[in-house]
Amino acid sequence: MSKHTLSVLVENKPGVLARVSALFSRRGFNIDSLAVGPTEHDDISRMTIVVNVDSLPLEQVTKQLNKLVNVLKIVELDTSQSVQRELMLIKVKADADSRSHVLELVQLFRARCVDVASDAVTIEVTGTPDKLEAFIKVLEPFGIKELVQSGMVAIGRGARSITDRSLRALDRTA
Amino acid sequence: MTERMTGAQALVRALEHVGVDTVFGIPGGAILPAYDPLYDSVKVRHVLVRHEQGAGHAAEGYAQATGKVGVCMATSGPGATNLVTPIADAYMDSVPIVAITGQVASAAIGTDAFQEADISGITMPITKHNFLVTDAADIPRTIMEAFHIAATGRPGPVLVDISKDALQAQTEFHWPPTMQLPGYRPVTRPHSKQIREAAKLIAESKRPVLYVGGGVHKAGASDELLRLAELTGIPVVTTLMARGTFPDSHPLHMGMPGMHGSVSAVGALQKSDLLIGLGVRFDDRVTGQLSTFAPHAKIVHADIDPAEISKNRHADVPIVGDCKEVINDLINAVDRKGDYAEWQKLLSGMKETYPLGYEEFSDGSLAPQYVMERLSSIVGPDAFYVAGVGQHQMWAAQFIGYENPGTFINSGGLGTMGFAVPAAMGAKMGRPDSVVWAIDGDGCFQMTNQELATCAIEGVPIKVAVINNGNLGMVRQWQTLFYNERYSNTDLKTTQRIPDFVKLADAYGCVGLRCERPEDVDAVIKEAMEINDRPVVIDFVVHADAMVWPMVAAGTSNDNIKIARDMAPTWEKDDSA
Repeated sequence: MSKHTLSVLVENKPGVLARVSALFSRRGFNIDSLAVGPTEHDDISRMTIVVNVDSLPLEQVTKQLNKLVNVLKIVELDTSQSVQRELMLIKVKADADSRSHVLELVQLFRARCVDVASDAVTIEVTGTPDKLEAFIKVLEPFGIKELVQSGMVAIGRGARSITDRSLRALDRTA
Repeated sequence: MTERMTGAQALVRALEHVGVDTVFGIPGGAILPAYDPLYDSVKVRHVLVRHEQGAGHAAEGYAQATGKVGVCMATSGPGATNLVTPIADAYMDSVPIVAITGQVASAAIGTDAFQEADISGITMPITKHNFLVTDAADIPRTIMEAFHIAATGRPGPVLVDISKDALQAQTEFHWPPTMQLPGYRPVTRPHSKQIREAAKLIAESKRPVLYVGGGVHKAGASDELLRLAELTGIPVVTTLMARGTFPDSHPLHMGMPGMHGSVSAVGALQKSDLLIGLGVRFDDRVTGQLSTFAPHAKIVHADIDPAEISKNRHADVPIVGDCKEVINDLINAVDRKGDYAEWQKLLSGMKETYPLGYEEFSDGSLAPQYVMERLSSIVGPDAFYVAGVGQHQMWAAQFIGYENPGTFINSGGLGTMGFAVPAAMGAKMGRPDSVVWAIDGDGCFQMTNQELATCAIEGVPIKVAVINNGNLGMVRQWQTLFYNERYSNTDLKTTQRIPDFVKLADAYGCVGLRCERPEDVDAVIKEAMEINDRPVVIDFVVHADAMVWPMVAAGTSNDNIKIARDMAPTWEKDDSA
């Protein structure tokens, strides 16, 4: 099995997320992560779905997704041809003694400190899953109090846009 | 030009505009606003059924007999959930229906209001698409979109759930609305490169088979199929969903493949070096154990639904497109007869050596297969035959000779017991000039026979042959074969005449007849054929031990087909394959 990142453009309508996620569970495909949000076009939302499947089941996934009436376009984003990022907020124990050590690591990982309390700091960090994992590892000795992570979002490198043509299709029917 | 009216009026007007002439349904609280303008419509006839499941299956029968979109209507909550089975059935068999349900007022959605059920959520995995409409202004466009989605591409069920306040609100109606379906673009035109590849494989093959499924009739391509088969001389098998798409009497027809397929059809697939799958989905009931299915065959797979291609069996040449266009293109690309004389001889030999047969009982009781044979002879191939699910369905598929596309209507994919009576009603309403026979089992018949009341009152003179073996026969057959003849809960005790189907028919305003001996079969069928002012029910009391053969046990290889208990056909010595 291998990880694949799918960018799925969908109509911005109620229930679309449910249709997509229900399809995955019904057909027995596992979602590693899913992120959904608006795009530059009001009528289109974009989902980034990371699935862990072999190439043949992946073909089934995309074909079944394509059959959903609200799905406009599906593009698989190759890791080397795209920028892939996750966002993490992490609350770490940090008192007067350890705070400077923690802040040093924040700098090294190009993360940001977004909240400070007397015995903890909250850090915001973005990056690939590998980087976030490494960051968690170095913070663990200090004591992680709480952690929240977004699904992956990804965009292709270069000047081309995957939304252009879908926008035109949408305009034609509007 | 726009007109001011309620959402309910807009709904009825939209249904008229898309060409609906028949709606099967039952009113209730949330859908009530729609029933008021429906009362006035002269174009749409509403048929009041006795159970919403009947409405759904009737819409399916209507759709399959006419090729048009069938329509059913129900209220919110239990009305809508009673439609779930026929919607799932239509989804599995790609039947174009539109189900319209009332929903509680939009302000009450999500509050567990009286008769509230999230029917769009419930039917998400069993509809091609569904809609929840809470704004009256969206009703006409949604109806147009629903009918478009149901009928085009791979057909299927679409549900439109409309909140009560949307039905009651005032809106501006204008027709036609503009559809907004940017993500819906079914591909119908096959790729010419793929057609050339397929033609090349056909030219190279020595043992090709046209493996024909329901998609060919849905594409209206049976004439084209006949041309292709006769042009090339390639033998044909027709699946359960394709019975009648290719004439049974044709010498190239090898029968139905699958769990209860003929030896010649199953053998054709297993010995083939090239399967040309047309509108099929390599269903488990056809393939048996996948790893040993058609082991020597390359696969050309044409279907309008790209997701079916290579889903179960890898396709060497995938062709996405409408079967009519695919077959026409293949005719142009292949354009001559192949040298398949040896292959045809081999299969014809199988067909001759292992014809469909059955056991006759020495006690003078009735063999169900004999009833099918006599129905086929007396009623003929111009009638519609609508079966339920189980042994009687398989016998109807095996022993009735089908010559015309679409004349066998049944529940194939979902296997819904109780399908026959309401679906036959729908078929008869769609094709009032045709003879429509429901072939039902005593188990199935007791699930939905209340629609006989609808048939009697609405003047829908269907004929019902109840193949009454007193048991859930197919389940009993499996208990005989795989559960040491332990008949757990399959004996319906219908032999005690509870209920008495003749009296039941009478109580429903139908003619009830009974037949218990082979020598009476012809007379009772002829008698039923003479009655055209009322529905007729014939209680054919048959032997409980009759079994469906041949059989490929579930999950085993097609190579292990049995023609009777512990009896396998002898395959030919085969060094070439």
